[in-house]
Amino acid sequence: MADSIVTPSRSRDLDKLLLRPGNLVGPTFEPGVELRDDLREYARILVVGAGGLGCELLKDLALSGFKNLEVIDMDRIEVSNLNRQFLFRVEDVGKPKAEVAAKRVMERVSGVNIVPHFCRIEDKEIEFYNDFNIIVLGLDSIEARSYINAVACGFLEYDSDDKPREETIKPMVDGGTEGFKGHARVIVPGVTPCFECTIWLFPPQVKFPLCTLAETPRNAAHCIEYAHLIKWDEVHSGKAFDADDPEHMKWVYSEAVKRAELFGIPGVTYSLTQGVVKNIIPAIASTNAIISAACALETLKIASGCSKTLSNYLTYNGVEGLHIKVTEFVRDKDCLVCGSGVLIELDTSVTLEKVFSISLGSAVTSGLNIIVDYHKFGLVCVLVLGVEFIHQLEQHPKLLLSKASVTHRGKNLYMQAPPVLEEMTRSNLSLPLYDLMGKIPKDIVHVTGTTDKHDKKTSCLRKLRVAFKGIDGVTDMDMAGGA
Amino acid sequence: MIRLFKVKEKQKEDAENSRGVVPVKKQSAGELRLQKDITELNLPDSCNITFPNGKDDLMNFEISIKPDGGYYKDGTFLFSFEVPPIYPHDAPRVKCKTKVFHPNIDLEGNVCLNVLREDWKPVLNINTIIYGLYHLFTEPNCEDPLNHDAADMLRDHPHVFEANVRMALEGGYIGDEYFESCM
Ligand SMILES: [Zn+2]
Repeated sequence: MADSIVTPSRSRDLDKLLLRPGNLVGPTFEPGVELRDDLREYARILVVGAGGLGCELLKDLALSGFKNLEVIDMDRIEVSNLNRQFLFRVEDVGKPKAEVAAKRVMERVSGVNIVPHFCRIEDKEIEFYNDFNIIVLGLDSIEARSYINAVACGFLEYDSDDKPREETIKPMVDGGTEGFKGHARVIVPGVTPCFECTIWLFPPQVKFPLCTLAETPRNAAHCIEYAHLIKWDEVHSGKAFDADDPEHMKWVYSEAVKRAELFGIPGVTYSLTQGVVKNIIPAIASTNAIISAACALETLKIASGCSKTLSNYLTYNGVEGLHIKVTEFVRDKDCLVCGSGVLIELDTSVTLEKVFSISLGSAVTSGLNIIVDYHKFGLVCVLVLGVEFIHQLEQHPKLLLSKASVTHRGKNLYMQAPPVLEEMTRSNLSLPLYDLMGKIPKDIVHVTGTTDKHDKKTSCLRKLRVAFKGIDGVTDMDMAGGA
Repeated sequence: MIRLFKVKEKQKEDAENSRGVVPVKKQSAGELRLQKDITELNLPDSCNITFPNGKDDLMNFEISIKPDGGYYKDGTFLFSFEVPPIYPHDAPRVKCKTKVFHPNIDLEGNVCLNVLREDWKPVLNINTIIYGLYHLFTEPNCEDPLNHDAADMLRDHPHVFEANVRMALEGGYIGDEYFESCM
């Protein structure tokens, strides 16, 4: 690739960052043409959302030297998007955002390849997300962020010292805007706090009491919520309200207007109706541009190491004057999503019943992660989560967990309570955990129960890393399929 | 991290065929927290929980409440709970599936209970809501009406209200509205 040295990149300024050494660079930074080329060749970036932020992100990333981009968004273009979602034109209204955004950026930035995905984020297989090196989020909902966060953190693996294994880390860069305010953050699962560690940062949505809506509406939003939450059900018994259906929205609007007239309340408009029902806050194009710029830059920094990354949460506030602040939030060590889980190491000769009374006892000191020894075929160890076993746990002096309920990948293997669930899961007690877990060599299991901490019973929810020894590593075809 | 990306890309090419992908159901933090809530439920004897979609869907369940005192004694009232994935950041959606003449529950099953909406906090749990619902039957509140007629009647003519509620519990009309027996 000798001639690439003389080929200047499209961006002279990007070259200055990537081709020259520096004092403030990341620890693994290796400047040079190879770095620049590798960014194009090997960095695969997913942009989640093709709305106000997503349009900016695609443009910024494409102009920052990334070549392999994909974008996922389930929405179609609306007229009201056109003021700020600058990749869209009037004739695009009704078309999928992801497809149009990808096409427009590819037309303008030569050499960039953007693959659009017009679907819900939940529609994709989990493995789809594992194909990307960095996931950049331009979303406006807590639910969607929480979902992607769980997926990305789900790839994370810890070694036996509870250190995150670098090759399993899926970094995320999350942007968000609300009017004149915004944030940009870098989430490196296992290293910096994940979305769930700091979910309290998001204020709960304002919800008006239903009786206020029904009896004493005082403002336009009350009238709209009355039509949306109460009147709709009264008239359309059983039919679910769909916020994305314009007919439904128009109906709510007209009912809200009637309601407002009845109580002499001004201010109900169609766009306010949309805003209240979908919880939309007016978007400002420049806020999107600023936040997106920060996110694209962090993405470039993570990938190239050309500078240290944001640590770890930037807030931007343009409401009164201008205020930008970076806060270093800390991880929740017990986070169920990004935490390492409970570790216990066991001798293979110990019977499982005994194993468990010992292991859960020693977990008090060792903290995190269970490894259940699993003898090779023939010598089948059966993990009995039975009444016997649980009773034993309760008797054990160093007991960590009593009254344990066990869940694996959304399947409740055993539930102590309520009685109706206990009954439904009781038959699992006599089955091997390995079978119950679909014969996977290692996986996460969640356990709820009661711990005795300082002679005080507290309820807890723990993440366990269960690994079956002897069948780790390369899997037989027998086991790969799961259950 | 670019070196890592490069290594991974190479590995991916090598391993393309040998990878046995196990389909994974993503469990949200909300589901896990709910699981804890559910195992720790401390229901009064007069309340019962059922899971219409089986043991692996805890996000949708039903609670039946049979008040042992007050105007609604001996009636059985069924509530559906729909728990959002970001629970407990957001409260569950609760509807009353039994048609009832009640000042704080409208005929569509909407329930006016503060902890379901304006006063919900992530430290609260499913138990809090169930006790709140139970409380609505032992002490219906005409200050925050959702069913105006019921609230007026309770405030102005408690005896008439009582008689009407008794009648509705056994099945009958209040005005034009028919209530099926729920005893
Ligand atoms: Zn976390």
